[in-house]
Amino acid sequence: MHALSVRQLTKVYANGVRAIDGIDLEVPRGDFCALLGPNGAGKTSLIGIVTSLVRKTSGEVRVFGHDLDTEASAVKASIGVVPQEINLNLWDKVGNIVVNQAGFYGLPPARARQRAEVCLKQLQLWDKRDETARTLSGGMKRRLMIARALMHEPRLLILDEPTAGVDIEIRRSMWEFLRALNGAGTTIILTTHYLEEAENLCRNIAIIDRGRVIERGPMTEVLAKLNEEVFLLTPRQPVDVPPSLAGFEVRLNGPQELEVAMPRARSVNDLFAALSAAGIEILSLRNKANRLEELFLALTERKGEAAPPAGRARP
Amino acid sequence: MSLRQQAVALGTLSRKEYHRVVRIWGQTILPPVINMALYFVIFGNLIGSRIGRMDGFDYRQYIAPGLIMMAVITNAYGNVVSSFFSAKINRHLEEMLVAPMSNVTIVLGHMVGGMIRGVLVGLAVTLVALFFTPLPFAHPFITLSVFLMCAAIFSLGGLINGIVAKNFDDVSIIPSFVLQPLIYLGGVFYSISLLPELAQQVSRLNPILYLVNAFRFGMLGVSDVPIGFAWAMMLASLAVLFATCVLLLQRGYRIRE
Repeated sequence: MHALSVRQLTKVYANGVRAIDGIDLEVPRGDFCALLGPNGAGKTSLIGIVTSLVRKTSGEVRVFGHDLDTEASAVKASIGVVPQEINLNLWDKVGNIVVNQAGFYGLPPARARQRAEVCLKQLQLWDKRDETARTLSGGMKRRLMIARALMHEPRLLILDEPTAGVDIEIRRSMWEFLRALNGAGTTIILTTHYLEEAENLCRNIAIIDRGRVIERGPMTEVLAKLNEEVFLLTPRQPVDVPPSLAGFEVRLNGPQELEVAMPRARSVNDLFAALSAAGIEILSLRNKANRLEELFLALTERKGEAAPPAGRARP
Repeated sequence: MSLRQQAVALGTLSRKEYHRVVRIWGQTILPPVINMALYFVIFGNLIGSRIGRMDGFDYRQYIAPGLIMMAVITNAYGNVVSSFFSAKINRHLEEMLVAPMSNVTIVLGHMVGGMIRGVLVGLAVTLVALFFTPLPFAHPFITLSVFLMCAAIFSLGGLINGIVAKNFDDVSIIPSFVLQPLIYLGGVFYSISLLPELAQQVSRLNPILYLVNAFRFGMLGVSDVPIGFAWAMMLASLAVLFATCVLLLQRGYRIRE
């Protein structure tokens, strides 16, 4: 039984926009899965349908075997959701927000207060429990939404861009928290624009574009489909003309930077040998972008035909 | 979700609404009390002393039930419409929509929230009225039942308004242009027996006339309308409005895309 199973899901909005166009997707229990896609790809619509905030047009959604159409209550009880936009009652106290949320899931007040202490401490918000949500920083609000989603101990946690607008330090601490949560058995589905985040955290990945899943599978297998890697090299001496290196595509980004596209069949040793033969000494080397981003762009360019430029996901 | 868990969810939502009413008491409780005190001073004491008796009662006594109903109606309605619409527009309504609480529980919780404010304001206005005039409470059961049903009916009305509203204008249109005129023309300040026959017939189409007169019957023992009919109409309204709210939530009307 999968944590999430989606079959032939479609969503056509009243204005005629087909946000989801026959998606099939399965997320195993205990998985940490990334949903990637450009803006408007259908990720948020998909999450909206699974969490009952958006009505599907057709198709089937099952969560831990429960059918959304016939067992909506069981589906909802299994899911915790952290939406993309802040949807807190900003005038309410932090403690009240989480305790009330637990109550909406049927947890008695004493149990809700216990869970509030656990969740707020986990997310480092316990000392803010008597403050109103509007006084929290952006990062704290995001953490509060995670605490709120965990109050009823969901088996499936869905996070829609949970670290958007959060500084690096808090983002890293949230990653650690999510890893630990997943390690303890919670299935996690994550959408993110930070592709590094997906590559670091997730075991499986599904790339969505124009309402369809265009690639999915284990992260390592999907990344293996990349047939080249791009490096940025800093030469010791300034270079005026890009050198011709057999089997490598070289561009000059400036006198102090070479961009080299290396086929996966070749090794970095081959590259350095070719550079030495050309008389170029290299001071430093780095990846041009993270590998997932390259794959993502390659896939959405290849299969998305005229995908709008604004739809590109970049860190 | 079991019945017991639904009861917990209902208790949570009701408590949340109660805390909201009490937390902002300066906006929810105090203004209607001051308004009603002014009505008693101006219409009751100053103008009322020149009007004389109505249906055998001192004018201050006569208008007291109507003024209490007016406070209950506007506050029960206003509480739910503002609470629900602000939750919808600020998207924290999603806290309830993603939870397994049933639509019936969501409707009941908001209804209870509106009733809490309606009852608190109604009791406060009753105390103000007692400061100006004695009230005999001729039929306590009818008084209490009409009081509670009226709060429930207009809480549900406010909920429908909150669900349907797309913007802040939609929230204020019904209270200003429908509710307020119906209340003023609903026999709060006069007996419809004073009106010409045609105006009496038109007044009988106003549902608030029945609420005000049923409450007046409970408090003073006089009414312009048959009490049994008024009571049955309130029960029917309650059932229809409740079902409408549940149906709108089930369909996700202007709530779920």
